[in-house]
Amino acid sequence: MSPEMNSVPNTIFSPELAARFDKLVTLYPARRSALIPMLLYAQDEVGAVNDAVIAEIAQRIGITELDVRNVISYYSLLHTKPHGKFHVQVCTNISCMLRGGNEMLAHCKEKLGIGNKETTPDGIFSLEEVECIGACCWAPAVQVNYDFHDNLTTEKMDAVLENYRQKAGKS
Amino acid sequence: MPELVSHPEEVKVISRRWGQGAADIDKYIELGGYAALRKCIEQGPEWVINEMKTSGLRGRGGAGFPTGMKWSFVPKQSEKPKYVLVNGDESEPGTCKDHLIFLHDPHSVIEGTMIAGLAIGAKVGFIYLRGEYRYLIEIMERALAQCYERGILGKNIFGTGFDFDALSHTGAGAYEVGEESALMESLEGKRGVPRIKPPFPAVVGLYGGPTVINNAETIASVPFIIEMGGAAYAKLGTERNGGTRLFGISGKVNRPGVYELPMGYNLKKMIYEVAGGIPNGKALKAVVPGGASCPILRADEIDVGMDFDQMGKAGTMLGSAGVVVLDETVSIVEFALRTIKFYQHESCGWCIPCREGTDWLKKTMTRFYEGYGTTKDIDNMRYLAENMLGRTFCPLGDAAAMPMIGFFKKFRDEFEEYIRANPSAPESQALVELVGA
Repeated sequence: MSPEMNSVPNTIFSPELAARFDKLVTLYPARRSALIPMLLYAQDEVGAVNDAVIAEIAQRIGITELDVRNVISYYSLLHTKPHGKFHVQVCTNISCMLRGGNEMLAHCKEKLGIGNKETTPDGIFSLEEVECIGACCWAPAVQVNYDFHDNLTTEKMDAVLENYRQKAGKS
Repeated sequence: MPELVSHPEEVKVISRRWGQGAADIDKYIELGGYAALRKCIEQGPEWVINEMKTSGLRGRGGAGFPTGMKWSFVPKQSEKPKYVLVNGDESEPGTCKDHLIFLHDPHSVIEGTMIAGLAIGAKVGFIYLRGEYRYLIEIMERALAQCYERGILGKNIFGTGFDFDALSHTGAGAYEVGEESALMESLEGKRGVPRIKPPFPAVVGLYGGPTVINNAETIASVPFIIEMGGAAYAKLGTERNGGTRLFGISGKVNRPGVYELPMGYNLKKMIYEVAGGIPNGKALKAVVPGGASCPILRADEIDVGMDFDQMGKAGTMLGSAGVVVLDETVSIVEFALRTIKFYQHESCGWCIPCREGTDWLKKTMTRFYEGYGTTKDIDNMRYLAENMLGRTFCPLGDAAAMPMIGFFKKFRDEFEEYIRANPSAPESQALVELVGA
């Protein structure tokens, strides 16, 4: 029971992303190799890998929705529920821990008034304690969406958050 | 942007172009780029593999397998297409060297991939970067696009008849995918669950074809080795440990950063001279020498050379060369808990010793940390960790067990002291409650 592979008439993605996906599936020796990049790029645009995203990507790749869900549950960056507009990811792994990662997390919780894996009521920020993000020598480090912020202090973190808050106000 | 550091003791080979704008192809070529590839095309695959063998280059991901030998295992004739797969899923806590390679010299990765492809007879290479490195993936994509524009990738490269295609690929967050067989599963669009070996990837790899999988630093070293010659590269390091290494020094040091030093460089010197010693006049307590999975060294054990063999003799590993420095203020109990929390989170759950082992270690360590620990817990945790060793599908189980064994072995006193200092729980309290209920 393989779903129809070729026609995906009513795309939920922007024309640019749809075109990108049309190309992506042709680049690999097997179509399915495009799955993880597609899920991540779709999530970036839609805000989450929700049911509609899963259904369309399953169809584009030619696998079942269950197969897609199976993959999503494995990868920590993929999420089925939306995050805040700015997802604040605080690393507390060993190198960051030694340079104040835990304190940074506590500070962000207090500043944003939310706990781990929660979103502010205005939807601007969400917070997550994450594992090593590969910025160990510039610890403590935080990633907001895909942007790295290195060598942080609580004062610098306040400025970072304020900057994002203003960005949210403008858009 | 991450800060670049420098120290007179450094021997800059693979970090030579950093900070000079070499992510742009014109700058890369101006600084000598893609000359090694031309040379390899002229000399042919056998010459390349011999140079690699002579160089003494060993896998920079952590296992330290000789790269030239790995390449030579790929069968010359194959019905299925062969592939090169670059492992840029850099996720070992304490490690951020590939981050800088991708940022400052992505073309060295592309060139190394092409040379590996030439050597094994592959026409396609995949450069897999962890999903968190989105800005680096974009840099890599631009670098690849420039190569296609200049005819450095594609058909008939430099008019020599050599064809090669390369593609960057994003992960989506998974430490386990850094294991080579899980990496292949992930690239094929699946959960990153390891494959049973044998067959090894050199024989049956990506899409069933023979595949060479190398760490990004290993691959980035290749053009420099070709340029300077395998023998000259080997001489930079120690016996059977050729060349230089990107050491990422983090934690309680004055000048953390990624430093390129010869293989075999003394760890004590690295901490006190290169990284500027311990801040605030504190004393050194311990060092995790090669990323979170490597057993810890006590302060009195660090007068040792940083290469694969000397680290092995010292009872630990060189690993990914992420040197994490702990001063006297750090609690080993807290550090051990954070370490096992990580491995428990990252265990893929496929095999039982790892899934259950990391989970019970975390549960016991959590209870211990909260002040409910007993002496028996220390013995139990060590016994559990020792029984995970070598009993899992992939090295993640070992990576979790080894550091834990190290903490219990080297710092047992501190665990015992922790129990004495935190007498919050009378023994068998839980049982009393159960009976009472």
